[in-house]
Amino acid sequence: MGMIDIIIFITLVLLGYVVGSVLERRHYQSIRQREEEFLALPTIALKTPLNGATIIDTRLVMGSTVISIDYFKKILASLRNLFGGNVAAYETLIDRARRESILRLKESAKDADEIINIKIETSSISKNTQGNIGAVEVLAYGTAIYRKKV
Amino acid sequence: MIVTNIETIPHKEIVEHYGVVSGSTVRAKHVGRDLMAGLKNIVGGELKGYTELLSESRDEAIDRMKTQAKKLGANAILNVRFSTSSVAAGASELYVYGTAVKVV
Repeated sequence: MGMIDIIIFITLVLLGYVVGSVLERRHYQSIRQREEEFLALPTIALKTPLNGATIIDTRLVMGSTVISIDYFKKILASLRNLFGGNVAAYETLIDRARRESILRLKESAKDADEIINIKIETSSISKNTQGNIGAVEVLAYGTAIYRKKV
Repeated sequence: MIVTNIETIPHKEIVEHYGVVSGSTVRAKHVGRDLMAGLKNIVGGELKGYTELLSESRDEAIDRMKTQAKKLGANAILNVRFSTSSVAAGASELYVYGTAVKVV
């Protein structure tokens, strides 16, 4: 009984570590690539539009992501709790969720000239009906500004 | 209906305002999605089921807010804000509010 439990635990940790780090690397790759694609679309936290041509449309746009932590990092983070300090495992999780949300926000307003008054909201989804899950939801929203084409 | 999270609409003037309008939904996940999330929890990554669920509920909340504004006779909602809170295990509340105005 005890032996089987240990084997299951180690398998989960290994699976989490191997698959989790591959997935994370791929995700970061795609984030970096798409961030470069969308460099031309200014996304800013100012409340007033930039100077430019006449504005013909303003629209609320949103992007959201729910990302879950893997089993290995979960264990790592709980060990961190003993000693304190930076929990790097969670830092990358939240960083991925935020950047992904902003990218989705931009993707939903491809033809916009700029997106202003960006707000980012984070909420944790810590439990489902079965038990604990470590996941965060990040919502990014703002106002897309459409200008008259010159 | 114009919906934005800035305080004015460029090149338009606010002629009347109707106070705060809001919409909310409380949603729970269904068992299938919940199960998948449990599995996904081992390897990490995006929980697509949850992402969809939350954005659907948020759209629903926005619709409710728009209906309320329409009833008042508004044609725009300004300074919109979102807030999320978890009510119980497996359920969360999505709340959206803003100011209903008439612009010309």
